[in-house]
Amino acid sequence: MRFLLDTEQRAFAGSLDAMLTAADTPSVVRAWGRGEHGPGRALWSRLAKAGVFALAAPETYDGVGPLPVELAVAFVELGRHAVPGPLVETVTAAVLLAGLEDPGPAERLLPALVSGEAMATVAPGPGSYALDGDAATTRLSLDPDTGGLRLSPGHGPVRPSLDPARRPTPLSPGGELLATHPPALAHALVWARLAVAAQALGLGLALLDRTVAYVGQRTQFGVPIGSFQAVKHRLADAKVALEFARPLVFGAAVTLDPADVAAAKVTACEAAYATARTALQLHGAIGYTAEYDLSLWLTKATALRTVWGSPGECRGTVLAAAARRSAALNADDRRR
Amino acid sequence: MDLTHSPSDEAFRAEARAWLRAHVPSERLPSLETEEGFAAHRVWEAELAADRWSVVNWPAEYGGRDADLWRWLVFEEEYYAAGAPGRVVQNGVSLLAPTLFDHGTREQRARVLPPMASGEVVWAQAWSEPEAGSDLAALTSRAVRTAGGWLLSGQKTWSSRAAFADRAFGLFRSEPGTPKPHQGLTYLMFDLRAPGVTVRPIGRLDGRPAFAELFLDEVFVPDEDVIGEPGRGWRIAMSATGSERGLMLRSPGRFLASADRLLALWHAQGSPASAHDRVADALIGARAYQLFTHAAASRLMEGAPAGPESSLNKVFWSEYDIALHETALELLGEEGGAADTDWSEGYVFSLAGPIYAGTNEIQRDIIAERLLGLPKGRR
Ligand SMILES: Cc1cc2nc3c(=O)[nH]c(=O)nc-3n(C[C@H](O)[C@H](O)[C@H](O)COP(=O)(O)OP(=O)(O)OC[C@H]3O[C@@H](n4cnc5c(N)ncnc54)[C@H](O)[C@@H]3O)c2cc1C
Repeated sequence: MRFLLDTEQRAFAGSLDAMLTAADTPSVVRAWGRGEHGPGRALWSRLAKAGVFALAAPETYDGVGPLPVELAVAFVELGRHAVPGPLVETVTAAVLLAGLEDPGPAERLLPALVSGEAMATVAPGPGSYALDGDAATTRLSLDPDTGGLRLSPGHGPVRPSLDPARRPTPLSPGGELLATHPPALAHALVWARLAVAAQALGLGLALLDRTVAYVGQRTQFGVPIGSFQAVKHRLADAKVALEFARPLVFGAAVTLDPADVAAAKVTACEAAYATARTALQLHGAIGYTAEYDLSLWLTKATALRTVWGSPGECRGTVLAAAARRSAALNADDRRR
Repeated sequence: MDLTHSPSDEAFRAEARAWLRAHVPSERLPSLETEEGFAAHRVWEAELAADRWSVVNWPAEYGGRDADLWRWLVFEEEYYAAGAPGRVVQNGVSLLAPTLFDHGTREQRARVLPPMASGEVVWAQAWSEPEAGSDLAALTSRAVRTAGGWLLSGQKTWSSRAAFADRAFGLFRSEPGTPKPHQGLTYLMFDLRAPGVTVRPIGRLDGRPAFAELFLDEVFVPDEDVIGEPGRGWRIAMSATGSERGLMLRSPGRFLASADRLLALWHAQGSPASAHDRVADALIGARAYQLFTHAAASRLMEGAPAGPESSLNKVFWSEYDIALHETALELLGEEGGAADTDWSEGYVFSLAGPIYAGTNEIQRDIIAERLLGLPKGRR
């Protein structure tokens, strides 16, 4: 056993981090929120060049995957820099398409997702909103009546979201039927949750870093507020929560077990959300403004909590799997 | 990244499991915080030691199996999954032994470790004093030089299991008036039955004599029971606190087993929806702790020091343990108020987790200052 990232994986994280730091993501996020997709698309193709969208796609379709650990590494960095766009959805679409019995749709659609020419979005359930349907060119929807997977011909109006950079859209009904009962649907959900979990972890780590920097520099009563114990202890608790979410995320990437992924999703999202609350509190009023960049991370932490499986659903997945495991153990014991 | 044990570690697991199946007492032992329970736990320790299962990670010459960290973790998983008794030798094994491995003499190791491993000599930690809790360096009990050794005087308190234990280890002020409080301290071992020692048991929350205060009046300690150099006791004692807070004190196996028991309890009570989230969180927390430990063990195996990360551990497991037990008591309803169940015993014990081994407030300071780099404030 060696439960640590290797040198290459750490280097991959480091290079994404450096690239995204240089890219001034806050201004990209703000443009995206206004519906100006240009800077986001430019960043997207750089991410594709760095190999991010190849990680979920198999080699047959120009990918290098499946590499879930590397995907988690990448999504931590995407979360750390609050990169906007249908990132999780593009990965999910790749897994869905690659898993279809008929290779036709994957041959046609996947290479463009891997290369970054195209973005995909997926409606998580029949009739539900899909993220950034206006920016995505590959829109996958589930037929409310048959559960069939369709390539949606269009999208409805963007609905404003608590996170201005998330732009949920209804998808137009109908369109080409890609599969009647897509077998990879459950597996794609596992990847979606893994990507969200990693993204949330990165988001939480960034919120903690920014807040540590802020409390070290803001003075009140003649000393940095970071020297006050009440302030320190809130940040220490955030650190504990994030550092215990981290192994769940990478453990889930190693096993790809749906219960492990659900556990990682709920824990990383709750840790990021709690860190967001702490970050907001410790920034005082400035943290409560839209102008200050912190808001870009704060609102995303709120949004990620409930997408691709609410906390309650994820906990339900964990409990159901544990119940199955203990029933199997008991049966084993009886046989003995 | 890899989460599988080697085939030889799995063979070790199978061996441990088979042994535990054959030996774990079918009846729960009485609480180890009672005289008869303490005696029963000593017998259990002797049984473990007879087949070299009491200290698997120690060198074979002291009764261990030379097991590395992975095997130790595997053993702990099996131990708690088998419902085996709590460890009465914990203080000695997790605090004194690592110190002796690092700072003791060969003679001390040969003399002290084997009877520690077998439960023949049970050790108590005598660090805290009435006026020295979180500020441990404020301790005032003294060690005064005498022919061939030292004379200890003063008062220690909250010494776990000292009511029934045999010997103790602690810090004493051997050079009064040093410029800094943690200078001039000497770390030594003494006999709880030596002339001049008075042990007064203290009832914890549930009244059981889980700890004791010790009154010392010119208690003689020979030179061979000084650990490391006289006057350098602070550094020597502190080298073990990482292991106290870190994984050696609370292995993940223990919480994995507790979470499974909680799940079984939840099902037995009809899987009430009201506890759904908390039962799930208990399962998730045990897994998080296990994986966190796997990462820590991977780093340690590559030679990295334990470092202040053990403070993260301490805060996590102590809060986790309370939440898990609170959920259990709530599931038990009226029965949860009974004081004679495994769950109530575990609950009472869990409440102390944020206090001992360095309070969680002190750990949060360490996390904030040493891991996050925040400025030092007033203590
Ligand atoms: C079950 C149990 C077993 C124990 N076993 C042993 C043992 O075997 N051997 C032994 O030597 N000791 C033992 N102890 C004692 C334990 O180590 C001390 O209780 C602990 O160090 C705290 O000291 P205190 O109780 O004097 O609390 P105090 O230090 O008086 O603290 C009281 C409260 O004030 C807070 N506080 C103190 N200073 C600060 C600060 N700078 N910043 C913020 N908050 C602060 C503390 O966190 C705590 O909440 C045990 C305690 C318990 C409960």
